[in-house]
Amino acid sequence: MILRHTTKEVKERTALTVNPAKTCQPIGAMYAALGVHGCLPHSHGSQGCCSYHRSTLTRHYKEPVMASTSSFTEGSSVFGGQANLLQAIDNIFGIYDPDIIAVHSTCLSETIGDDLGQIVGKAKDDGKIPEGKHVVQASTPSYVGSHVTGYANMVEAFVKYFSFNTNEKIRQVNLLSGWVEPSDMREIKRITEMMDIKSVLLPDTSDVLDTPMTGKYKMYPKGGTTVDEIVSMGNSMKTVAMGEWCSKKAAIMLDNKCKVPFSLTDVPIGLSATDRFVQALSTAGKVSIPEIISEERGRLIDVITDMHQYFYGKRVALWGDPDTLIPLVEFLVDIDMKPVYIVSGTPGKRFDKRMEEILSEKVPEAKYKNGPQADMFLMHQWIKEEPVDLLIGNTYGKYISRDEGIPFVRLGFPILDRIGHSYFPTVGYQGAIRILEKILGEIMDEQDAKSPEESFELVM
Amino acid sequence: MPNKKNYTNGLPDPSELKEEILKKYPRKVAKKRAKAMIVNDPSEGQEIMANVRTIPGIITQRGCTYAGCKGVVLGPTRDIINITHGPIGCGFYSWLTRRNQTKPAEGEDNYMPYAFSTDMQDENIVFGGEQKLKTAIREAFEIFKPSAISIFSTCPVGLIGDDVHAVAREMKAELGINIFGFSCEGYRGVSQSAGHHIANNGIFKHVVGNTDRERTGKFQVNLMGEYNIGGDAFEIERIFEECGITLLSTYSGNSTVESFAYSHTADLNMVMCHRSINYIAEMMEEKYGVPWIKVNFIGAESTAKSLRKLADYFGDDELKAKVEEVIEREMAKVKKVAEEVKPKVEGKLAMMFVGGSRAHHYQDLFKELGIRTVSAGYEFAHRDDYEGREVIPNIKIDADTRNIEDLEVTKDEEHFRDDLVTKKAKLEKEGYTFKDYQGMMPEMSKNALVVDDVNHWETEKLIEFYKPDIFCAGIKEKYVVQKYGVPLKQLHSYDYGGPYAAFGGAVNFYKEMERMLATNIWKLVDAPWKHEPEIVGSISIEA
Repeated sequence: MILRHTTKEVKERTALTVNPAKTCQPIGAMYAALGVHGCLPHSHGSQGCCSYHRSTLTRHYKEPVMASTSSFTEGSSVFGGQANLLQAIDNIFGIYDPDIIAVHSTCLSETIGDDLGQIVGKAKDDGKIPEGKHVVQASTPSYVGSHVTGYANMVEAFVKYFSFNTNEKIRQVNLLSGWVEPSDMREIKRITEMMDIKSVLLPDTSDVLDTPMTGKYKMYPKGGTTVDEIVSMGNSMKTVAMGEWCSKKAAIMLDNKCKVPFSLTDVPIGLSATDRFVQALSTAGKVSIPEIISEERGRLIDVITDMHQYFYGKRVALWGDPDTLIPLVEFLVDIDMKPVYIVSGTPGKRFDKRMEEILSEKVPEAKYKNGPQADMFLMHQWIKEEPVDLLIGNTYGKYISRDEGIPFVRLGFPILDRIGHSYFPTVGYQGAIRILEKILGEIMDEQDAKSPEESFELVM
Repeated sequence: MPNKKNYTNGLPDPSELKEEILKKYPRKVAKKRAKAMIVNDPSEGQEIMANVRTIPGIITQRGCTYAGCKGVVLGPTRDIINITHGPIGCGFYSWLTRRNQTKPAEGEDNYMPYAFSTDMQDENIVFGGEQKLKTAIREAFEIFKPSAISIFSTCPVGLIGDDVHAVAREMKAELGINIFGFSCEGYRGVSQSAGHHIANNGIFKHVVGNTDRERTGKFQVNLMGEYNIGGDAFEIERIFEECGITLLSTYSGNSTVESFAYSHTADLNMVMCHRSINYIAEMMEEKYGVPWIKVNFIGAESTAKSLRKLADYFGDDELKAKVEEVIEREMAKVKKVAEEVKPKVEGKLAMMFVGGSRAHHYQDLFKELGIRTVSAGYEFAHRDDYEGREVIPNIKIDADTRNIEDLEVTKDEEHFRDDLVTKKAKLEKEGYTFKDYQGMMPEMSKNALVVDDVNHWETEKLIEFYKPDIFCAGIKEKYVVQKYGVPLKQLHSYDYGGPYAAFGGAVNFYKEMERMLATNIWKLVDAPWKHEPEIVGSISIEA
């Protein structure tokens, strides 16, 4: 047993987190900033954070992840990091020439109270920001919320800085994508195009974190939402914000600043959430839903009806981010699986409420928790009390999977030990089929590995 | 631009490249970077600027003090509960991401697959986190019953004034197990290096010498600065065992806290990674009289050389014979693979930019295959790692490093090994050298470009200039370099392979080089239609 010290008995903890189901804000800000064209993320803190965040994103995507850092020393930690950031801005534009520097903070610069807005203002006054170039900043203290919060803060910062209402309404819908993979961003754009809706997707990491090999390295790949697009978001008809934790802040900002109303939907994972997303799109874009979308939906329903016997009543444990877990749990309930244990390190009161809505009737035995000490250690203890048939979550689940002999589907962030997650979507009806394929693959592999010879089956 | 065929008569002079790189920088930056880039000439005692603060915005590959302390030095010890005192990130990112393998016996503790954190929230920043830390330690003790707990401070801890050492003392008294803290806040020093030093001090102060142990063999040694990435230490352990050498303790691959506690009873310390562990080696000599030698188990020839040096230290004929027997047997296996691989890779060009040690050690492995290192550098090594230990008295300690404590160490009258001091003096008279680290630069070719704290811009220019056949670095560089069509070998994680140490490791590495340098895919990067004449579009549908 690799996790041999995980006890069955649950002792209440109030201070110790063991095997977290979250990480810290700045990595989310970095990921969001990579979804803007010509943008270099910048970490205002000591350089360790920046290296860790780049490494984690790189290990997940197997792609270059660029970011710079203020490289605080002990002196700047005492006297403030203004000089470091000013120097960094100078060096970055001089050497690396991005269109935008997107600055986020860390627990270090937040604790000493560096005012990013003031420092960036000074950089502007000092003429350190070249004509036509931009420095955007978001405050992302690591001791508040999680990586998801950092993502939300950076997306909000982009619309706050760029989006502008010029009173020339454009027949266009803003899409705030939530923390999903480049392939998911691509899929969201495909669905929107199928519905014949002009849209701006922010952020958009497709063609940034899934670039082709050409023998040439491009520091700023062709993907990413452009400045012009973000500016134009202020003139759109409506915003469809996917995921309360990731996208609500930016949606509210667009509403307050540019008077673009929004509808908040879940990230379109699974059947019901995709249904609601498609409907929200049709309302926002004032278009009817085309037949090809209904056909895609029909194919998903067909797979579910074909394969229902393998899903029915199976107990599942999940961990990850609220915006992913909520629609995913709902999807599992839709196909009659039983999501019994759910943890998310990301705090937020609405999590409980949403889980209760989805689970109280169909899976009354479900245990769920988010926020402090809602970690993978606790979830593993629950599993030891009463086992499950399937695990769904990021790579860290492989240790529990191996110890307990439970089939395991990788979904979420980070996935460090497999590829495919950034190339094939899990959103939309197509993505839902892929999730089912993965679940079924794991369940059937388990059956094939463990069934006695006489009942080893060729056909399922 | 040099042509590859020029390399037959030595390496081309990269001065022009250096100028081109510097031209892009603001004046002050250029001045600083110029001192960190040396066109190597081993016949001259050249000075490089190293271990200085990172230039903001330059896109460094460096990490922080916490990473050097918790991630590197203490992370691999399996039976200490390492609690990260800070917000969740630091603990999360250092959770199982370095490949320090460990092999506990049945029933032994192993906390390495776990991440422990106080997960500080804003109220802990405002009102202080000491109470939460105490509670976290109690909870860890109650649930896991470990034999030791250590606390690692992250950036905000020092700023808000949490005293982790006072908490450690209090909890140690309350719980009766060894509990100690590290002030390894990320902003201390200028890189991971400060974290190594802080870790060394902490282990030495709180663990080394805590237990005595009866002699278990004729030849008792410690291996220092070997972290068992991909099983490197396992391979070295195997060789030692076959030679009849007792390995008391490894700092810190496949280690336990107890093995550190009695490590002062060794007869000799062998230092692999000079940068990260030379402090303990030095302190152990001062306090206990245990001398140290530099060894290198990367490369088959280097391994043989290090084993012979070890045997010479003990001067025992039986041991010498055994060592020769093992070398002969192992080398036969190594040579067989080398003969197959070398003709396929000989003459290729390598570059390596790795931490504080491997950029040097791996040049030996490449040499064995006839692969030439055209450029190399460290992220965070000091001048002594580049130029050799004799420059240590001349190294100026700057403001960024001054606050890293140098422990006052005094002689331990009870345990001090006068016999080893006598032995050392005698051997030295015979020409045997101790503390013999000559550094990387003297061993590199003339005109090789040595670059400290290489950044992204410099990496791009280096690739453009040298067009290397293989680039050795880490995960952040890997996919950048490969987009250029240049294969990158990770020499931190080994790309999830290994071991690469000692004889078995050399065989693995040779085969890996064969794979990486011969793989088809680089020739298939361009689509075939990019080389063929373009078909002119036509609206007719006739064939």
